[in-house]
Amino acid sequence: MTKLSLALSAILMGSASSFSMTMRAQSAPNTRREILQQTAGIATAIAIPAAANAYAVPDLNYPFEALEPYIDAPTMKIHHDKHHATYVANINKATEGKPEVDILELQLNALEAGPAVRNNGGGHYNHAFFWDEMAPPDEAKKTKPSPELEAMINKSFGSMDEMKAAFEARAAPGALFGSGWVWVCVNQKGDELKLVGTPNQDNPLMKGVLDEVMFPILGLDVWEHAYYLKYQNRRPEYVSNWWNVVNWDKVSENFAYVVEKKAGVPVRG
Amino acid sequence: MSSAKQIILSPALRAAVHVHSSKLNPEAAKLAAAYLSSAPSGGKHVLPDLPYDYAALQPAISAETMELHHSKHHNTYVTNLNVALEKLDEAVSTSNVSSIISLQGALKFNGGGHVNHTLFWENLCPKDSAASEFPSSGALKDAVEERFGSFENMKKEVSALSIGVQGSGWGWLGYNAGTGRIEAATCPNQDPLQAATGLIPLLGIDVWEHAYYVDYRNVRPNYVNAIWDVINWDTVEERLVKAKSG
Repeated sequence: MTKLSLALSAILMGSASSFSMTMRAQSAPNTRREILQQTAGIATAIAIPAAANAYAVPDLNYPFEALEPYIDAPTMKIHHDKHHATYVANINKATEGKPEVDILELQLNALEAGPAVRNNGGGHYNHAFFWDEMAPPDEAKKTKPSPELEAMINKSFGSMDEMKAAFEARAAPGALFGSGWVWVCVNQKGDELKLVGTPNQDNPLMKGVLDEVMFPILGLDVWEHAYYLKYQNRRPEYVSNWWNVVNWDKVSENFAYVVEKKAGVPVRG
Repeated sequence: MSSAKQIILSPALRAAVHVHSSKLNPEAAKLAAAYLSSAPSGGKHVLPDLPYDYAALQPAISAETMELHHSKHHNTYVTNLNVALEKLDEAVSTSNVSSIISLQGALKFNGGGHVNHTLFWENLCPKDSAASEFPSSGALKDAVEERFGSFENMKKEVSALSIGVQGSGWGWLGYNAGTGRIEAATCPNQDPLQAATGLIPLLGIDVWEHAYYVDYRNVRPNYVNAIWDVINWDTVEERLVKAKSG
């Protein structure tokens, strides 16, 4: 299925089939914005609340091949167009007909909302967060932590190198068992960075996953689908290579945001 | 996470620690045996050879997947299980309870990975071998029909559960010694079926992405549907007969 048709069917989920036929008969919209505008217009006219709640797969800020050689183009394409798109389609299905909930609020109450919201709502947020913290290696190497973030890294971990070493150890197959994510978060008090792992598509914004809700500023997908085509069983190599595509300017922005707002970083989509 | 808040020494780990103790109840001894099975006299676990070539299960499972899965993934579980058991030996010999407890995760993960994959390879056979035909009579057919109504229904139920595993894990057909019936079940990550649920494993389907990503990418249902072509039903039946008698 193409990204367009996935987005389209996700948005139209909950609509009457005759309505979606009408929609498809119109000239094909070219961008997500156009789809949203068209759908929103029609939805308003015939008052379908579900359409307003559609989450969407955000476009990447860079081409699929931009993170080569550290993350290969086939992996990026399938990760974005298939894995992420499936989480989006499924969270739209799970929230069909319900009042619109902001993606951050969806995370907070994900455990109470049940496995469909937890897995798919989490999958959507985590991936949207992940794409935006990365940049092509040539650009990424010009980025660096802000003085405030650097001070907090030194306070919490000793140094950047020590943080990276601790992160790599937490992401190792013998530490993060199976599928999941590794995160650097700001704690509730806002005075320390914490390194945590979460299973599957859970994240630190979800109440009940960790001892306290925390606010991620950096996260790494260590599901096998994130690296298997290039690295197979060599997860540690994927993790250590990944630093080459981390956009520290974006991580610094994330840090400033969560410290100021005491809230999770908003994502596109 | 809640599991980190309450660290409980699992019965299987206790059993592995005290495997020679006469105070051990028979159930715990069996679980310990699961961790220690296939270990030669020196106590080192070894990677078992496959009873068929890497290419033998094509097209359901490619040679590339089989080679990676066996020689890399399974081998790493064996290596790390041996490391964990060495540390456990040392911790036990120095009565270091804290260290014994801290090894629980590595033992469960690597011990489970070794047990599960060993069961899995024996579960599979080439499509053209006689064992890949579901038996038309006998203990397995009876048990399947008693619990699921039909072979097709059993496949549907086990497939649906396996496809539905969130993240990494396994789908299983197991024998419940309490009820005398077979059941479908799932376990996360490498949690071994028997230690985790008490069910005796008959048939396991690995739904970690590494089991199918080379061949099926994100489409787990296609892998699960295809694997039924290469199930060794003789092994499943043998396990059932043994479980019922034991």
